Amino acid sequence: MSDPILKLEGVFTNIAQYHILQGVDLTVSRGEVTMLLGRNGVGKTTTLRTIIGHWRAHQGRVMFDGQDITKLPTPAIARAGVGFVPEDMGIFADLTVEENMILAAVSGAIDEARLQWLFTVFPALETFWKKDAGTLSGGQKQMLSIARAMIEERALYLIDEPTKGLAPAIITTMARAIKELKDQGASILLVEQNFAVAKALGDSANVMDDGRMAWSGQMSELTQDAELQERLMGLSMEAH
Amino acid sequence: MSAAPKHAPTMAQMSLPERLAPYAPILLVVGLVIAGFVAIPATSSWLTLTVSGLAMGMMIFIMASGLTLVFGLMDVINFGHGAFASVGAFVGVSFLLLLEHMTGAPNLLWNLTALMVAIIGAMAATGLMGYAFERVIVKPVYGHHLKQILVTMGGLIVVEQLIIVLWGPEEIYITRPESLKGAITFAGAALEKYRLVAVGIGLVVFLAMRYTLRRTKIGLIVRAGVENGEMVQALGYNLRMVFIGVFVAGSALAGLGGVLWGLYQEVITAHMGNQTMILVFIVVIIGGLGSVEGCFIGALMVGLLQNYVAFLEPKAALISNIALMVAILMWRPMGMIPVVKAK
Repeated sequence: MSDPILKLEGVFTNIAQYHILQGVDLTVSRGEVTMLLGRNGVGKTTTLRTIIGHWRAHQGRVMFDGQDITKLPTPAIARAGVGFVPEDMGIFADLTVEENMILAAVSGAIDEARLQWLFTVFPALETFWKKDAGTLSGGQKQMLSIARAMIEERALYLIDEPTKGLAPAIITTMARAIKELKDQGASILLVEQNFAVAKALGDSANVMDDGRMAWSGQMSELTQDAELQERLMGLSMEAH
Repeated sequence: MSAAPKHAPTMAQMSLPERLAPYAPILLVVGLVIAGFVAIPATSSWLTLTVSGLAMGMMIFIMASGLTLVFGLMDVINFGHGAFASVGAFVGVSFLLLLEHMTGAPNLLWNLTALMVAIIGAMAATGLMGYAFERVIVKPVYGHHLKQILVTMGGLIVVEQLIIVLWGPEEIYITRPESLKGAITFAGAALEKYRLVAVGIGLVVFLAMRYTLRRTKIGLIVRAGVENGEMVQALGYNLRMVFIGVFVAGSALAGLGGVLWGLYQEVITAHMGNQTMILVFIVVIIGGLGSVEGCFIGALMVGLLQNYVAFLEPKAALISNIALMVAILMWRPMGMIPVVKAK
């Protein structure tokens, strides 16, 4: 396991009167895909949203690349090198695919070479380049959401359920894109309910339950222990 | 198992109404102009009223455009927006009175120069005022609509009283620059020169806003921010600074609208901005919150309808725009060109 790029230490996050995260400890190692697993409603999305600053941790620390980002505003966290792909994709429907990508190139103009590479990963983007993003299908929107995060190199990617509701062929495309990101040296914190994708991509795994981390370890350890899977997530990965 | 049959998907041809649907708002404006032509007996009267309606619409658009962006981007209900129009009118008129030697000369260039100086002065003053208004009055109440309504109305009252303190309680009458007085004759109709200038300025403002929103990165940020401010921040943009910029720009545009409206009416009062706010709110609502195009079309409709109805049935003029709003909202409850908002 390499050194951590992201570390959550005893993070508590409330949303209104609800105590969602109750002392979350999480480590994302540099250059690895760290899976964040668990049933619906255990706090996986809240964890990502706390890291990116949409929700504020009222207790605990979020350390990114040695810097305490707990109280930083969201734009500062993003510019520090954190890319975010939300569960609802967050694409701008009123903008074209091209405009979505231009907006995502925060540093300036789009890097053409990187854009051409993205077109090889997501050919549909080039096809629908001038179309309003709102007219895309669900899978195409998800491709755009991930491509938008990838248009500039980031040190850490927070990706929330990229394969939700997608056809198997599109899931394969998503998984390949995430693998390519990892091959480039990016660190990824990936929330995923598709256990096949989790098994294929994950280096390490963290399982949440009731706002806390119930288990952390290597992905290989989790995949080989069906009883552990059933205990932590209610069913085995093979049954999924 | 036999192979699946080859399937070539076919797309049904869209019906005429479906193909025209995206253009429906602009077609409504055309329809209104045609309806006016049919209803008004004399073509010359129709032409005069149409130009007058377009001029009025442009001025309302200028005042409303900033408000729709503030509503859409910042989710702020600013009932004090009319104050900027009033201040803009008073500052602009003050400049015009100072430059009486230029406005009184029968020289179009001098007259337009004086008008530009007045406009720039008004916009600078109201832009600065907008910055202070946002920092002091609006910022503490982000996310609380009822508090926004109350505190911005309070701000409006304070500004109106400040105008009275600085300029006195009486209305100020203003004559238009010499070259912009009177009318030109076209197809038997007398078209006021000033109204033609107002239409021109309104068009320039609309095209400039459209260009900024569609072709520049800051425009992309504003449009994306109206849809999903959270995601814009997650990309790395400081939406707070964009908020302030939009508020300042919106205030400056209201100031510009105030100057033009003041010259249109040829009298300015401390309450003039507030009096236009009903029409401004109607335009913002029927256009769709956050939609500059919707605001533009809505303003044209309001201006045209007001002028046509005032000619045909003066008693109905007051309620005609309310009736328009009801009709539009029954057809499109989110406004004519709504901006898609992220949940």
